[in-house]
Amino acid sequence: MPVVHAPATVPSAPPTAPHATVVIDVADLTYTYPGGQPALRGVSLRIMEGEKVALVGPNGAGKSTLMLHLNGILGGPASPVHICGRPLSRDNLPLIRGLVGLVFQNPDDQLFSPTVLEDVAFGPLHQGLPEAEVRQRAARALEQVGMAGFEGRLSHQLSLGQKKRVAIATVLSMAPALLVLDEPTAGLDPRGRRQLIGLLRDLPVTMLVSTHDMWLVDELFPRMVIMDEGRVVADGPTPELLAQPSLLEAHGLESLALPHH
Amino acid sequence: MNANAFDRYLERASAVHRLDPRVKVIVTLAFIVAVALLPDGTWAAYGAAALLIAATTAAARLSPGLVLRRSLLGLPFLLAAVTVLFTVPGRALWEGPWGLVVTDGGLVRFSSITLRSLLSLGAAVLLTATTRFPDVLHALRHLRVPAVLVAIIAFMYRYLFVLVDEAQRLLRARAARSARLPDARGGGSLAWRAAVVGHMAGQLFVRSLDRSERVYHAMQARGYRGELLTLAPHVMRRRDWLALMIGGMAIATVTLVGRIA
Repeated sequence: MPVVHAPATVPSAPPTAPHATVVIDVADLTYTYPGGQPALRGVSLRIMEGEKVALVGPNGAGKSTLMLHLNGILGGPASPVHICGRPLSRDNLPLIRGLVGLVFQNPDDQLFSPTVLEDVAFGPLHQGLPEAEVRQRAARALEQVGMAGFEGRLSHQLSLGQKKRVAIATVLSMAPALLVLDEPTAGLDPRGRRQLIGLLRDLPVTMLVSTHDMWLVDELFPRMVIMDEGRVVADGPTPELLAQPSLLEAHGLESLALPHH
Repeated sequence: MNANAFDRYLERASAVHRLDPRVKVIVTLAFIVAVALLPDGTWAAYGAAALLIAATTAAARLSPGLVLRRSLLGLPFLLAAVTVLFTVPGRALWEGPWGLVVTDGGLVRFSSITLRSLLSLGAAVLLTATTRFPDVLHALRHLRVPAVLVAIIAFMYRYLFVLVDEAQRLLRARAARSARLPDARGGGSLAWRAAVVGHMAGQLFVRSLDRSERVYHAMQARGYRGELLTLAPHVMRRRDWLALMIGGMAIATVTLVGRIA
């Protein structure tokens, strides 16, 4: 699947590819937390099938809030979010939760079952698949993240890197059209980080990944979306945005130390 | 950081370990009920029950000392039964202070309660040492224990480890800052220290509450709609039926010995 980008403009113009399917379509999304604190102030974002997109921005920029909207955990039926052309209506919700594999930042929140197998089987079981298929999918998902053979292990016995990979397997088992990961490399040691980067590179799935790790962005993601104060402030090809230190600095981001572009 | 303090499972290659957990749960519960219903002073029946525990311990390749040690952990609860020493009418054996008199009837009842508790605890210790906790949960689920109850126990088991880790981190943070100057009495007043501990408990509670929210989101994100589904990983084989039968007969024998004696 070719990845096509529009030229970088600030603020954004979503990239368009005439033949690709739109996986995520968010049109002017606003959200205010019940406490009255505004989190999203008009976010528009369009991601095509096969794209790997990095979502960066300072803490509190609204990245996680946006992610929670993508499978309807936040935002009601009137939410201006479409996943694979479907609105987040009540009837669509179960389907959309299978299409969007949302992985939370802290794997201790994501892994809530006693054993690894049960956690990986949770999604497909709730999709109503027969048990044989569920087992097959769980095995394949664990294989994909390099955790085959850990089925019977208890989640609390795993290292952080292993937990993160199992957390990704818990959504891969649902065969999602889209992976949404919240800071997947946060807190990992270099080896765990390398393993995770290798995994993300090899997964042939559309991805939206929030991160503070600009090296990761540079290495893996052809497209980059910068959020700040509840808005998308830039959206374009990663090399072009990374080449603008003033833009990065203005939104609390690090420029890469070695400008090799 | 890990908290294996709650893991009671001991890996052994034994026939008892390989049994279907449902059989083990049923036999253990039946044993505990049968022992609890044994009349006072039926020493032969207690002996038969102890023999059963010893035989199972040997078959499970566990050390008898370990099973005994873990069973003794329940002894403090016997304090509640101490009063029967003085309240059951009978021949006076020993006159204590404050007009308390130990009777022979009281001694028989107290010894019987002690032995029955030890035997019941022994059975529970065997169950937890030979069965992984997730398997016990499955057994309960498939024995039609209400799903909500099983889910609560499962979450408790999963997050006990996380909670203990969190508590240890808080304690460590306190210890790291509990400095004292030379020649000064450190530590503050008792009330102050109590307030610190109170705040820590509050912290723990608030964090757990936040975490429960995130866990619930993670469950929703994978399609949870109010009903917990589980795989059925266990199949009754011939040796499981055989073990169930033998266990039932052994327990019946213990009860019979208790009635005859």
